[in-house]
Amino acid sequence: MSVKKIKVLIGKPGLDGHDRGAKVTALALRDAGMEVIYTGLHQTVEQIARAAVQEAVDVVGLSIMSGAHLPICQKLLELMKGEGIEEIPVVVGGVIPKQDIPKLKELGIAGVFPGGTPFDQIVDGIKKVIF
Amino acid sequence: MGVAKYIKDEKDAIKEVIYQSGIKVKPVYTPKDLAAIGFDYDKDLGNPGEYPFTRNLHPQGYRSRAWTTRQYTGFGTPQETNERFKLMISHGQTGLNVAFDLPTQMGYDSDDPKALGEVGRVGMAIDSLRDFEIAFEGIPLDRIGSGLTINAVASIMLAMYQATAEKFGYPKEKISATPQNDILKEMIGRGAWIFPVKQAVRLVGDSIEYSVKELPRCNPVSICGYHIRESGANPAQEIACAFEIAKAYIENVQSRGLAVEDFVGRFSFNLNVFGNLWEQIAKFRAARKLWAKMLKEEYGVQEKKKLFLRGLFGGGGSGLTKEQPENNIMRGAFYALGAALSGAQTTALCSFDEAYTIPTPRAALLSLRTLEILMDEVGLRDTVDPLAGSYFIETLTKQMEEKILDEMKQIQNVGGMVHAVATGFIQRKVTQQAYEYESGIQKGEYIKVGVNKYTEGSEAQTDVDLHEYNEQWADTQVASLNELRRTRDNREVQRLLKALKTAARDGKNVMPALVDCCRAYATVGEMAGVFRDVFGEWQEPSIF
Repeated sequence: MSVKKIKVLIGKPGLDGHDRGAKVTALALRDAGMEVIYTGLHQTVEQIARAAVQEAVDVVGLSIMSGAHLPICQKLLELMKGEGIEEIPVVVGGVIPKQDIPKLKELGIAGVFPGGTPFDQIVDGIKKVIF
Repeated sequence: MGVAKYIKDEKDAIKEVIYQSGIKVKPVYTPKDLAAIGFDYDKDLGNPGEYPFTRNLHPQGYRSRAWTTRQYTGFGTPQETNERFKLMISHGQTGLNVAFDLPTQMGYDSDDPKALGEVGRVGMAIDSLRDFEIAFEGIPLDRIGSGLTINAVASIMLAMYQATAEKFGYPKEKISATPQNDILKEMIGRGAWIFPVKQAVRLVGDSIEYSVKELPRCNPVSICGYHIRESGANPAQEIACAFEIAKAYIENVQSRGLAVEDFVGRFSFNLNVFGNLWEQIAKFRAARKLWAKMLKEEYGVQEKKKLFLRGLFGGGGSGLTKEQPENNIMRGAFYALGAALSGAQTTALCSFDEAYTIPTPRAALLSLRTLEILMDEVGLRDTVDPLAGSYFIETLTKQMEEKILDEMKQIQNVGGMVHAVATGFIQRKVTQQAYEYESGIQKGEYIKVGVNKYTEGSEAQTDVDLHEYNEQWADTQVASLNELRRTRDNREVQRLLKALKTAARDGKNVMPALVDCCRAYATVGEMAGVFRDVFGEWQEPSIF
């Protein structure tokens, strides 16, 4: 019996172009057997929400380095609600100060993986928020 | 990041050492190694200040002049940045290295919806000449040189810098600006690109051509192996990519009928310092030599000074860790030591807190003090190129040369750098390496103190003071922009933007039109908007 592959959208919202983390994580998730779609750079949250609908993904992962994670996450979650896809969990990675982790969770972010989180923890974390 | 692969036996003795560039290092080097590489002092090194400049660009190195220090600075509104500039200068910094926020880097005004949450965050917000007038107020622009860390819209910022200087009464012949202006590296790493490859390279060419004719003391491009290394390239690839990028710009400007001899002396480089100490030193020595040889032999450049590989060797961001962040202070000191032993002409160091935040003033000052200690306390100015003649260093320098040439060949084989970037060839390669590297760290194949060895269990809990982002900066900036739009001569601005569009469309050099637009207080978003209309935007090749 084949198990359905987990489908992940890796989104790079906003103007920041430091995408090493997003790309490396995409490769790690793929090696862990997931299907990964990478949006490319400079995406608006609207574009990311639309891609999540079109691709019917199981989880959305955002990579944010610029420090603007709180406003970006808030806006994306609101939009996803508007699209009726608020049940898709959203996780965030990047430069995230620890005092912001509870704030992100409060907004409704399902998982936070600050820079340096080992790949297996990200993989497990994603599985956990889906199942 | 670790610095090499160390293969050990069960007693922890090192059996094999392999550097990131793929060079195996022996436990002992002797005169036989120099004989094996056919070491020839005059041909391979020459005296410092003599071709091929392996040892140093200057006959006496730091004896005649210490390195220039240029810590990367800028945040918030132009007012905050101006205060920080003055602080760094008062602490002995001799040049500026200006950081711009993301909306400015991407050619959007502060009130653009895309700028939301980003105004003044990772650098200062610049919308128009009015902001530059505030940022550079009281800075002697005829004495202090400025690196402008901006790429996609570097042509706009260079024009604005000229307009600012003129406004303050400094003739354009006296100002010294180095816009980073290396768009090809943005497409490989860092990602602040806007326009398609061909048009983007044309804008770089326009600013080089204009500088050659109008701005005698400006260095219109700083080619960044730095970010390519940060994205996953090894040290040999870093240099190879930088040189192949340089060749792409050389060829663009050459095609305008300019002789390489007349402009290549304006090129400078921004190269990285983290990693294995010896490998970095060999990298810089080999790079100086190869650059001089390439310009002389392939492009027929004659004048000595135009063969110099000048630039900033510094940073080291990817070598720093989030875990046990204070360790980064020591790491930075060793990276800077490598830069000094390599004869770096200009330097800067990432601050220990950068995995968390824009550096706080205390962290930025510690970096500056690290650089000052090297120059003033421990003897690095005593003699030039102190490692010359070492059996090991000379062998390694030669091996690095070969590795760099081999990597350059691979890029040439796919049709040169413009093609390699447009197709994603380079991006694919560095991303794969970054992934393998990261996996290696997680498996403990590369040692990183505090990350996968000597961990304390609470690394992620370390408290670092954070640079506070002030939401009010955006409000202040937008209010000032609105005020500007009300008070400037809008009809004149529209007329000049139209002239800019014509120049962009007709393939004329856009710089004079940009300077006119800046003088009339056209905004960055308006000028970049003209280019967006005419050139369109780049579509990244998919690399997965």
